[in-house]
Amino acid sequence: MDSTATPAPMNSSPVPVERHRLSPINRRRLANFQANRRGVWSLWIFLVLFGLSLLAEVLVSDKPILVSYKGELLAPVLVDYPEEKFGGFLAVTDYRDPFIQEEIGANGWMLWPPVRYSYRTVNNEIPVPAPAPPSWSMDKETRCAQYPEGANDPNCVVGNWNWLGTDDQGRDVLARLVYGFRISVIFGLTLTVASSFIGIAAGAVQGYYGGWVDLLFQRFIEIWSAIPTLYLILIVSSVLIPGFWTLFGILLAFSWLALVGVVRAEFLRGRNFEYISAARALGVSNLTIMWRHLLPNAMVATLTFLPFILNGSISTLTALDFLGFGLPPGSPSLGELLAQGKNNLQAPWLGITGFIVISLMLSLLIFIGEAVRDAFDPRKSFR
Amino acid sequence: MSDETSMTAKTPQDQPLLDVRDLSVAFGEGETRSLAVNRISFSIRKGETLALVGESGSGKSVSALSVLKLLPYPPASHPTGQILFQGKDLLTAGDTAIRKVRGNKISMIFQEPMTSLNPLHTVERQIAEVLKIHRGMGERQARERVIDLLTKVGIPEPETRLGSYPHQLSGGQRQRVMIAMALANEPDLLIADEPTTALDVTVQAQILKLLKDLQRQEGMAMLFITHDLGIVRKFADRVCVMTKGEIVESGPVAEIFANPQHEYTRHLLAAEPKGSPPAHDDSAPVVVRAEDLKVWFPIRRGFLRRTVGHVKAVDGIDVTVREGQTLGIVGESGSGKTTLGLAILRMISSTGRIAFKGADIQGLGWKDMRPLRRDMQIVFQDPFGALSPRMSVADIVGEGLAVHFPGITAEERDTRVARALEEVGLDAATRFRYPHEFSGGQRQRISIARAMVLEPKFVMLDEPTSALDMSVQAQVVDLLRDLQKKHGLAYLFISHDLKVVRALANEVVVMKSGKVVEQGQAHEIFEAPKTDYTKALMAAAFRIETAPEGVVSA
Repeated sequence: MDSTATPAPMNSSPVPVERHRLSPINRRRLANFQANRRGVWSLWIFLVLFGLSLLAEVLVSDKPILVSYKGELLAPVLVDYPEEKFGGFLAVTDYRDPFIQEEIGANGWMLWPPVRYSYRTVNNEIPVPAPAPPSWSMDKETRCAQYPEGANDPNCVVGNWNWLGTDDQGRDVLARLVYGFRISVIFGLTLTVASSFIGIAAGAVQGYYGGWVDLLFQRFIEIWSAIPTLYLILIVSSVLIPGFWTLFGILLAFSWLALVGVVRAEFLRGRNFEYISAARALGVSNLTIMWRHLLPNAMVATLTFLPFILNGSISTLTALDFLGFGLPPGSPSLGELLAQGKNNLQAPWLGITGFIVISLMLSLLIFIGEAVRDAFDPRKSFR
Repeated sequence: MSDETSMTAKTPQDQPLLDVRDLSVAFGEGETRSLAVNRISFSIRKGETLALVGESGSGKSVSALSVLKLLPYPPASHPTGQILFQGKDLLTAGDTAIRKVRGNKISMIFQEPMTSLNPLHTVERQIAEVLKIHRGMGERQARERVIDLLTKVGIPEPETRLGSYPHQLSGGQRQRVMIAMALANEPDLLIADEPTTALDVTVQAQILKLLKDLQRQEGMAMLFITHDLGIVRKFADRVCVMTKGEIVESGPVAEIFANPQHEYTRHLLAAEPKGSPPAHDDSAPVVVRAEDLKVWFPIRRGFLRRTVGHVKAVDGIDVTVREGQTLGIVGESGSGKTTLGLAILRMISSTGRIAFKGADIQGLGWKDMRPLRRDMQIVFQDPFGALSPRMSVADIVGEGLAVHFPGITAEERDTRVARALEEVGLDAATRFRYPHEFSGGQRQRISIARAMVLEPKFVMLDEPTSALDMSVQAQVVDLLRDLQKKHGLAYLFISHDLKVVRALANEVVVMKSGKVVEQGQAHEIFEAPKTDYTKALMAAAFRIETAPEGVVSA
């Protein structure tokens, strides 16, 4: 009994905190989710990894976080300072340039991120031809061999290590991994959100109105889903330069189909419920009925699907990148890393890293998805 | 009747067929464990009918299911007790042993024949399955036995019915098939769990008669679970009254009915819808009038989906509902009662004239109807299905206010919701809870509050009491009558339960297959029904008697 929290009937402030409390059904779901330890751990690990990758500009970058130059405090991470500021002539300052480093060192100081490479920074000081193995596998002499002052060079420090080696263009694998992970997850999330939005709307309209709307829409979907997505992407990418948004658009055009069936079925089932008739008898508008009464029913099925759609989006992007039809050349991407691993079997750190990161990411998402699905399953009970 | 059955038992001291001792049933474990049945004991002798009576949630079904160990174990468990069947304890018996008993020595029929039959199996296959499992019968042997059984349970031309699927049978026929399945192996004990609750009163009378006849022929014992005291009185030898998981009173039926000892038994016996309907008044202003109302659903066949005929759900009916008066619509299921109601409220399309307070509303579109929805409300049958499980009671009741009074503040809305809830007898402080936290009767009150908060002129009540326990029914009937008196409401009361109709309606329309069979003032129809159909309905409803063949549906 929670009568203690409910106000008197004629109370002047009848909208207490009570109403924003989680409904009992949601509390049960939360408890069920938390009971799945693997899912909870996966969620936290994933959130931490994703959170760190969002901070990539501060943690993994070829620009210092803070620079103090002639008494002025600069933040190169946030602002692109032209080189003129430090006495050079380029439009964008290359802080890794020894000349700039000397200039700033003489007039102030620089605070570098833990890893001093960005995804497109080419390490010119690798001691062996690219792809170079991880720095920790070499001794200090070899590692610093290419620096002007050898082992004593001020730049031969931990910050300039290639923790996971470099790829075949001398770019730091760790940096590419962090940015690649981020772009994969963001691409996946955006695509999932957008396609669920369209999918739910389409399914809702079909299921709620039924009849001809449903019939025509279903036939359209059958025809539409018969188009081979991959071929279409190959064709389109030979005409347009594939960028983030081009890929997003093409994939979105097909990925929204995933949810239509589920949502449509839920709405078809739900529209005959008595409380829907009751709402219609009250004169509630169709849109409100769909939103307030039917959508919550469909959300269970939808939420259950989401993690898997997310996974699907990520793997599609990876696959396209692997084939070379994905993001433009030079972009950090996990698929491209795998492709490099395939082309450079003598450099196993490329393939292994890519494999571990991709499988870890997909597994985490599947575990989370499993926990979500169980949490929404009314028949499942955890003690 | 009890004389006959006790004669089939050899001696009164004879060892009971089924002896349940100190049975408890608990669900859940540890802190969440709750006792559903608390140390009940009863016994059934051969050929005897024992009725287990109680309201929903009293634990009667759980007790019956535990006899065959059909509960989900875990979470269900039996902390105490023994179930001795022919001297052997079923509770401690292993799975193999219990499977030999199920469907063989003890069989069961359930409440809902539609869901208890597999929709993908033919009648023959459903029944033959039991025969094949327990008797190892071959194809031809089984078929003969199935035909034999179907004849026995009164299915006409059983040979033609062998290949039918459950959806091709009527509710009564389905229940007959269920009974045939249960009888297939000539069980010693038949457990009937509310076997007639989902059926029409006329069919109910037929099924009960069939069960009684079969019991006499086969000499089996019966454990009959019901909430309907009328059936118990007519049907059982002995009765156990259950409430809150305990048997509070037991004994021979005649004794208990004549001289109930326990307070709860008296409460149950007194729980019949009482009171009288509003006085008939032809001068009261007409609120709703429908003339020559027709709802025909086209039957389309063939490639071009040409209309080859119509299902005439409502076929030319005139009704008039006046202010402060109740028009009762009665009939068996499928007679078009609900369709008629929905058509009058313009929830489904129809032809004919519909007038609300003199204005024609038949031609109005959905948008134009919206302002009128305030004055025309519906209360649905199923108190569980009619409330969105994901909205709090305050949101459910307040939804209509938000549509029809968009100008009022949230506070004002809340005040009105609270007032409506108190008017229907609920504590307004509970309005932030969710429907599942309420009992069936309370939910029905919430449904009523949702309609009443808009202060309508006309309310369609679609079987508002049929999903409720008897004692709750009486309360809801009283509530509806009070509300009518207070606000001068016009009711269109749809029900198959004639007891409730008699307590509420001052005018009655009897429907059959979309047509009016009889129409007139309630007391005239109840006291002197003119048509055979109405007479059959009355006999079945008030005396649980069957009508001659052909008058009512099978």
